[in-house]
Amino acid sequence: MRLSLARDPAALPRLALALVAVAALWPGLRLTEFDPAVLLDPANAGPMGRFLAQFLPPAVTPEFLWLVGKSTLETLAIANVGIAAAFAVAFPLSLLTTRCLSLSSIGPARNWRRFAALRYPARLLLVLLRGIPELVWALLFVRAVGLGATAGVIALAITYGGMLGKVYAEIYESSATRPAGALMEAGAGRLQAFFYGVLPQALPEMVSYTVYRWECAVRASVIMGFVGAGGLGQQLELSMRMLNGAEACTILLTFLVLVLLADAASALFRRWLA
Amino acid sequence: MPAPPVSALHAQRLSLVHAGGRVAIDALELAVQPGERVAIIGPSGAGKTSLLRVFATAQRQSAGRLAVLGADPWALGGRARRRLRRRLGLIHQAPPLPPRQRVVTAVLAGRLGRWSLARSLASLAYPADIDGARAALGRVEMADRLFDRCDRLSGGQAQRVGIARVLYQGPEVILADEPVSALDPALANRTVGLLVEEARARRVTLVASLHAVDLALAHFPRLVGLRDGRVQFDLPRPDVNDGLLRALYAQEGFLPTQHGKPFALPEVRLPEAPRCG
Repeated sequence: MRLSLARDPAALPRLALALVAVAALWPGLRLTEFDPAVLLDPANAGPMGRFLAQFLPPAVTPEFLWLVGKSTLETLAIANVGIAAAFAVAFPLSLLTTRCLSLSSIGPARNWRRFAALRYPARLLLVLLRGIPELVWALLFVRAVGLGATAGVIALAITYGGMLGKVYAEIYESSATRPAGALMEAGAGRLQAFFYGVLPQALPEMVSYTVYRWECAVRASVIMGFVGAGGLGQQLELSMRMLNGAEACTILLTFLVLVLLADAASALFRRWLA
Repeated sequence: MPAPPVSALHAQRLSLVHAGGRVAIDALELAVQPGERVAIIGPSGAGKTSLLRVFATAQRQSAGRLAVLGADPWALGGRARRRLRRRLGLIHQAPPLPPRQRVVTAVLAGRLGRWSLARSLASLAYPADIDGARAALGRVEMADRLFDRCDRLSGGQAQRVGIARVLYQGPEVILADEPVSALDPALANRTVGLLVEEARARRVTLVASLHAVDLALAHFPRLVGLRDGRVQFDLPRPDVNDGLLRALYAQEGFLPTQHGKPFALPEVRLPEAPRCG
């Protein structure tokens, strides 16, 4: 054993790494009381099996399909309006936080300190917005504005606004500054220089990331439905609570198709844009 | 009693030291009167671009005094400096145009300094002054590319779009940094002629750096020879002689021309330029 370790210089680090992994995972296993055997416990397996057995055939009564259709539209609407609201939150904040419009490269502006001072609170706000998951916001707003899609839209606007704002600001900062600089040298203001010098370069990447986030928002709005924020998720939660497997199956299939379509639409759109 | 004439550009012991410690401009003295047309010539690395950038308030001098249209740009507040800058137009050797922007937008951007934010934004949705942009482009023979994207242009075409932008801006001082370096000799000649004619007709001050000595001699009444960040000579065109030029370009060993042929003073006929106002 000693000999083989000495022969392969990578053996010892690998062994150490494996031991570290085990040491890190073991307390986790203990803490979560992870025990696959509970799945097979007859007390659990019975209801679970009955629920799963109901999955086939899926529920296809016209009234239920109509309900699912309506919920699907609602989910899409939450994602669309949520992303639009998130954009409305993100865009102004990204302008406030980005460094690409700072005048220090072109020359000291008299009020640059004021803008620099504004940048940090705005950044903190973005961190706060995206730091709390949309599910938590949804829970909060279900309490505040009641069950339904509004809570989901507000939750998406907040969390995704924070994410979009941060990424937008980074996209601006990675684009070339000379076009905007040249415009400011000819007397343009900072916002004008942004719209004519920075935005044309940043736009494709911004749209691409926003579309990707929209795709995430479709999934998120389903999940938020579980806490009562409307859409397909809320229907799924109701059917699951009733242990109605056929309905759950129909909703899950719809969900699957919706996510696949969102995926495809987003990929198509981004390819068209590139 | 009339006020004493204010120089368009006035540099006194002007110096610029780059971040690395390289001296680009060294205690330079130069005054340009309103409406004058001045060519700056000199070997590569003489400080031509640096000087124009300092004149355009794109870069602040390290030492010395600069007055642009009678004002010290770096003593002004932000708002006043913006007002000053809209009266200055810098033509870049490689104009910084966003690749996906359309030519029409890039040209219209010349007047952002005079437009309100609302008008600027509206012009992004629908170009505010298509005719104006087309006219400016037409003067550099680019009217047919009005709705093309800037990344579809060759280097020379982009350079002409940059010139059209400054023509559209209509500044009181045009600073041109090797404005025709990417154009073929005939087009370069016509384009420099156009700039000089624009300056003459509208009483605009024009300071252009040119690598090609023949172009400078053919079009400009006053020539400034720049070397190692200093003015080596500053003379009216008839007083510039072969000896001065050879001394200026001593290190290069030859006099650069547009054609790359042996240097000779060419006969140049100015193109018919449309007059504005």
